[in-house]
Amino acid sequence: MKALVVERSLPRFAASRVASAFGSGRGAGVGPLRLLDATPPEAPGADWYHLRPLLSGICGSDLATLDGRSSRYFEDIVSFPFVPGHEVVGILDEGGVDHAGRRLDPGARVVIEPVLGCTPRHIVPPCDACGTGHSGLCENVAFGTIAPGLQTGFCADTGGGWSAAGLVAHASQIHPIPDSFTDEDGVMVEPTACAVHAALTGGVVAGDTVTVIGAGALGLLTICALNRLVKPGAPSTVVVGARHPQQRLTAELLGADLVVPPDQLARAVRRQSGSLVVGGRLTGGSDVVFDCVGSAESLEQALSLVRPRGRVVLVGMPSRVSVDLTPLWHREITLVGAYAYGSERSPGGDTTSHRTFSLAIDLVGSDRLGQLVSAAYPLTRYEEALTHAGSAGRRGAVRVAFDLRHPKGPTR
Amino acid sequence: MSPRPGFVLEVDRSTPPTLFWHGERFRLERLPEGSRVIYAPEPLDPLPDPAAAIREALLHPLGDQQPLPALLRPGMRLTIAFDDISLPLPPMERPDIRQLVIEEVLDLAAAAGVDDVELIVALALHRRMTEPELRHALGDRIYDAFAPTGLLTQHDAEDPDALVHLGLTDQGEDVEINRRAAESDLLVYVNINLVAMDGGHKSVATGLSSYRSLRHHHNPQTMRHSRSFMDQHRSELHSANWRMGKLIAESGVTIFQIETTLNNDAFPPPFGFLQKREWEWGVRDRMAFVGASAVLDRTPAAAARQVFHRVRAPHRMTSVQAGEVEAVHLRTTENVWKQQGVPVEGQTDILTMGLPYISPYNVNSILNPILVACLGLGYFFNLYRGRPLVREGGVVIMSHPTPWEFNPVHHPSYIDFFEQVLSQTTDPVEVADTFEASFANDPWYIHLYRTGHAYHGVHPFYMWYWCAHALEHLGGVIVVGGDPAAVHRLGFRAASTMTDAIEMATDLVGRSPTLTHIHTPPLLLADVQ
Repeated sequence: MKALVVERSLPRFAASRVASAFGSGRGAGVGPLRLLDATPPEAPGADWYHLRPLLSGICGSDLATLDGRSSRYFEDIVSFPFVPGHEVVGILDEGGVDHAGRRLDPGARVVIEPVLGCTPRHIVPPCDACGTGHSGLCENVAFGTIAPGLQTGFCADTGGGWSAAGLVAHASQIHPIPDSFTDEDGVMVEPTACAVHAALTGGVVAGDTVTVIGAGALGLLTICALNRLVKPGAPSTVVVGARHPQQRLTAELLGADLVVPPDQLARAVRRQSGSLVVGGRLTGGSDVVFDCVGSAESLEQALSLVRPRGRVVLVGMPSRVSVDLTPLWHREITLVGAYAYGSERSPGGDTTSHRTFSLAIDLVGSDRLGQLVSAAYPLTRYEEALTHAGSAGRRGAVRVAFDLRHPKGPTR
Repeated sequence: MSPRPGFVLEVDRSTPPTLFWHGERFRLERLPEGSRVIYAPEPLDPLPDPAAAIREALLHPLGDQQPLPALLRPGMRLTIAFDDISLPLPPMERPDIRQLVIEEVLDLAAAAGVDDVELIVALALHRRMTEPELRHALGDRIYDAFAPTGLLTQHDAEDPDALVHLGLTDQGEDVEINRRAAESDLLVYVNINLVAMDGGHKSVATGLSSYRSLRHHHNPQTMRHSRSFMDQHRSELHSANWRMGKLIAESGVTIFQIETTLNNDAFPPPFGFLQKREWEWGVRDRMAFVGASAVLDRTPAAAARQVFHRVRAPHRMTSVQAGEVEAVHLRTTENVWKQQGVPVEGQTDILTMGLPYISPYNVNSILNPILVACLGLGYFFNLYRGRPLVREGGVVIMSHPTPWEFNPVHHPSYIDFFEQVLSQTTDPVEVADTFEASFANDPWYIHLYRTGHAYHGVHPFYMWYWCAHALEHLGGVIVVGGDPAAVHRLGFRAASTMTDAIEMATDLVGRSPTLTHIHTPPLLLADVQ
């Protein structure tokens, strides 16, 4: 059985970085990723279960890693060699137990919550973050009974979704999905959970002007989460900057109030917020800005669009960037990251806590977000798949995935 | 030889190609046989002594009004308001007609011992004029006498202290105008009546008013019921202004109206071929056309634009009327029609027009896509009396490059209107209902209008409303040679060639359509029988 494996090879990372200058994903052939024969990973404990992937998505963070563009920050919280793929829908061929302790029959279709926090690492007592349900912020991702790795898909012991040999998942990571879900719906649950967490991190209140920079998969899902989970309790106006026509159309379908090309975004926010302009900068601006790109340009733009004492939520994975932080200082802007998921306060306003994944599963079901899976490739065509994913927006695609249901089957 | 009247040519096999304006360029189009081309009358002879004619008009006013000297006395407050940069088109060679008229008025005021005199640019919601533009309109002597001491001001429709609400018309319309003008003992208004739409009560009721007043007649409903703007008696726009004018008079504002008409001499000798009918072009005209076209075709649009905006028209005054507003305007309108009127038999299926580089709202600026639409559908479409030149359900074909380009200093709200409003709807009523208020009250646009040289935030809406009658009347609009993205944003269709456009139009008007080309500028008014 075949698997795509990332090995620690500085020359290959360097080659990939050079090749990716011609476009994200272009470095797949020369980079650290290789298609190898693989065997199923060993379960690290009795409460781990083997999962056979059906679909596994290609995320922006995967591309950044394979392009050699991700930050060296991650070096000590991943372990090599690893099989990428943390957006996974698959089958428990031998059954298992889910995050709530419910027994699942053999053949159950599930998605995994890939964060490898204290519970799967058998660390007792758990860190404060895990103890309060915020496993995405776990302090122990490099410790415990398994190799370092912040998530499945970046850990040498667990395997990942880009493998026909499958992966292992701890019971706490396992979420069954409804029978009504397509596999495509399932593979969208993990990125949707990221978006749900981001949307609920924004602190949007009624009457706010909210700006979303970027309308790739994460941006679009953030728009959807804002529309379904935030706006009902906090009616607000969502303005989106989207580069490509198909992205603009999809953003509108998912509930954006105003969608404009990036070069028109400042004018749109100015209009929406009733701001004045000084030296090309807004005097007021958006109450909350979601940066779903994570580049220096997008962060700079976010800081220029947010009002004094507004909030910038960094949703897209950044790397080392050079940004003028003067407006952040002068305008007392709050810059906050939004990584992964865990538990969320009820968006309705009461104090009930919900697993982010549960909210995401509901959202995927209500909006049939599986439709955002634009193409699926067999592992053997990984170079094409990664190139496609790297140019998804330009090619009218949202999410590209590996299809492990038909190892040699057709793409779509 | 006296100037020849307007003319309707029927195109036949021997007819040379027809000249179309195409922004800062020209196109020669071979129109189908049987098409009609409407040519403007030749320029009328100007008044031999404009200064004498003006003085004569001031001393012998029309209607129920005393001669100007009888209205002037020491200690009084005299305000002279005048038309802004939007008139005439192109801007005329020095001396500007406003300078000639105001110099005569000031001479009489000085002779009467009037000390308290102020000049106001009646710009309504247009952009403020620059110093060079004011110097051009008024002459250096007047500018230097008034501007440095703050006695030459530009109407500010957003300064609450500079406005006064005079009341409501019998139709409930607010009448709010410039306070200085309203509280003067005498308001002299100096018009340049380029087309029949200009002047009358519209001068004060529009030129010196605020958004609070203007919104009552600058809206889609009024525009749809103005058929056309050139025919005062069938124009709801004029009816509203006349109601307001009566209320202004009843409020005790004394207006001494001065209206002037110009001849059709719109382009100086290098562009003399523009004033002629193609089959009468001589060798010199042909060489001038070929030379100008060759240069313009190789010149970047921005540079070509600068060249054209430096053109000063050799317009000359053909009449001047002064006195009571309505009596003056009646005579003025007759004189406008004498210069521009062309009888035309019947309507057409397709109306073609070549749009030039200039409209009232982009002097020294860019004719952006909204202004392209307004020039074609708001102005040229409405250059009629009786019935529109094009039948209901017919098609207008406009020739213009229609670049997606705006002047951010002059037209900041146009950019947002184009990007954020027309991307959602092109229906004038929906545009008005959904978006107008937020643009009209946007503090940034107000700031730029008051302190910079920006048209008011609501102005692009008015440009779109000008199109409302045409948009309702027409089956389609096609732009030849226009930027497809900009043309589509306007809700129109783009064609590469005139032949393609006519073919596309047949989808809407049927095979073998009738076609009429309005050969303007120079300006003409079609009297459609």
